[in-house]
Amino acid sequence: MSVRNDFDQLVDVKNGFISREIFVNADIYRQELDKVFTRAWLLVGHESLVPNPGDFYTSRMGDESVILCRDKAGEIHVFLNSCRHRGMKVCRYEQGNTSLFTCPYHSWTYTTDGKLQGVPLHRTLYDGVLDREANSLVSVAKLCNYKGSIWATWDKDAPDFHTYLGDAKIHLDQALDCRDGREGGSEVIGVHKWVFPANWKFAAENFLGDTYHNPSHRSVDLIGIGPSAAAGKKGRRDDELEKAKHVWISFPGGHGVHSAIQPEANEYIESFLDNPILEKYFRHCFEERKRRLGEQARLLPFVGTIFPNTSYHGRQPRGLCAWHPHSPTSTEGWRFFLVDKDAPQEAKDYLRHYYMRYSGPAGMTEQDDMENWLYATAASTGTIARRHPFNYQQSMGAYVTDHPLGGEVSTQVTEQIARGFYRRWTTYMQGGDWNELLGSPASNRQAAE
Amino acid sequence: MTTTVQDKQPAAAAANAAIERTAAYYRLKADVEDFYYHEADLIDDRRFRDWLDLLAEDISYFMPIRRNVKFGQQAARENTRRGEGMSWFDEDKWTLTKRVEQILTGVHYAEEPLSRITHMVSNVQIKAVRPDLDAPRELDVTSRFLVYQNRVEYETYTFVGRRNDTLRLTEAGWKIARREILLEQNILMAKNLTTFF
Repeated sequence: MSVRNDFDQLVDVKNGFISREIFVNADIYRQELDKVFTRAWLLVGHESLVPNPGDFYTSRMGDESVILCRDKAGEIHVFLNSCRHRGMKVCRYEQGNTSLFTCPYHSWTYTTDGKLQGVPLHRTLYDGVLDREANSLVSVAKLCNYKGSIWATWDKDAPDFHTYLGDAKIHLDQALDCRDGREGGSEVIGVHKWVFPANWKFAAENFLGDTYHNPSHRSVDLIGIGPSAAAGKKGRRDDELEKAKHVWISFPGGHGVHSAIQPEANEYIESFLDNPILEKYFRHCFEERKRRLGEQARLLPFVGTIFPNTSYHGRQPRGLCAWHPHSPTSTEGWRFFLVDKDAPQEAKDYLRHYYMRYSGPAGMTEQDDMENWLYATAASTGTIARRHPFNYQQSMGAYVTDHPLGGEVSTQVTEQIARGFYRRWTTYMQGGDWNELLGSPASNRQAAE
Repeated sequence: MTTTVQDKQPAAAAANAAIERTAAYYRLKADVEDFYYHEADLIDDRRFRDWLDLLAEDISYFMPIRRNVKFGQQAARENTRRGEGMSWFDEDKWTLTKRVEQILTGVHYAEEPLSRITHMVSNVQIKAVRPDLDAPRELDVTSRFLVYQNRVEYETYTFVGRRNDTLRLTEAGWKIARREILLEQNILMAKNLTTFF
């Protein structure tokens, strides 16, 4: 089947229609791997997974295996997990500590900074030919340790990570900063990994600020699984945003967030009725944060997606997700669960239980998300189905561009964020330059046309 | 002959030595198997509230995440641990009851319509009896499971693994006081874990 390669036609954000082809088509999927996942900044992991020299953690970027490694000098690297000789994975352990990665196939060895060290029978077989330097493990072009989270890109021309984030930064910050307002300080307490039969963009879009899908979580809301559920409260979360004004923001780089702004009074709202120790701890964090950040403390994150495939839950259940593409209709979800490193043990213990019952394939809330993503994908593969694009007309035009938070800000549930995400996706698929990818108007391209 | 072999075992292995296969052992094992078959029926017949009745009030229900580790590190690092970090399940009866309540809302879409599920239980062995075989009150039992799930039309999953249980005898019969479920997968090859193991 030939694919209409006209992405402007497939993604018609002006009228609010997006072709189902981009969610199911194998050719488009292969182009995504090439044009999106080799250029955009991708989440690889977290420094707490590799605290000591020689520590490594195998991760993914796009559909490829990579090694996150802290070398003997303490510097963090990300390498393609594939021997330069015949491609064998040089590491098939999930995590550990080593001084060398030894390829099981022909025993080439690499040091923790990725350099090729050992080549069996080197003098006899390769003397004067093999350039060790040029045969290091393939390294990412750029890497950023952002408040403990590790991001990387294969594109040497990519802007630095802060520029890439743009105004989405302060929203992501709040997933990564301490609950009491100190910068950074989070740690990963565990990672869920699972494969589900849906296109990766369903997951990315779900976290972009698709608050509209709330009804699919009716079952958990009815029974109550939140931190005050045992005290009789319904719902699946705490109540801290109940008086907040919600904002949905589309950023020019394709990122999107749903955050909340607390009222001016900004008083603590009791949220942990089931556990007085937690109630006291989170009240303390709230007051400390308010004292530290002042007016800025009114902004609270909820969810968001950093283009293309990293999502976060900023409050509870707090964590970072990477939606790794497996095939047009299959995705590997990785969720890094976060707590404040110096939180009391009681708080960490409570939170991990809450995360487990809420999140991922065993989580009571997100099981229903996966059901949606699977059958939305499955019901879009048909010939007739593909002729009928998805409707993205929600809250058309209902946003402002002069809000102090930047981007396109809406105060009602909106698909403007999804439209912005796919608008940027289109730029990547058309091979746009970095000015365009960051959301500046097309420069050379349009001038040339 | 038996004595000779046992004499050669190291101390730790001797402590784990199998319970002697007497008639009393086999009677008890038959009881336990019967209990497991009944439990499987309750889950597969969707009698989830009745299933909850088989769980002790203080049950610990735990499914670790299995990790790929270097040879020799299996004991220390292969499985996530009960009581720390993230696992697939590390639950008490309150949470398990919530899971049942959720299915019974009829709008838990990941189980609505309900999946067709069959639990097979095998390889049952009683590893410890307290206080003794003559008056057993508490047992450590290992078994294997094979769980087949088919949902809606084409969605099919097979979950295979091991269970390490502690069963406790009460006036209402055996109750599960502790269950560790070792699923033989690293990355979960299923979109969801909506059934009980």
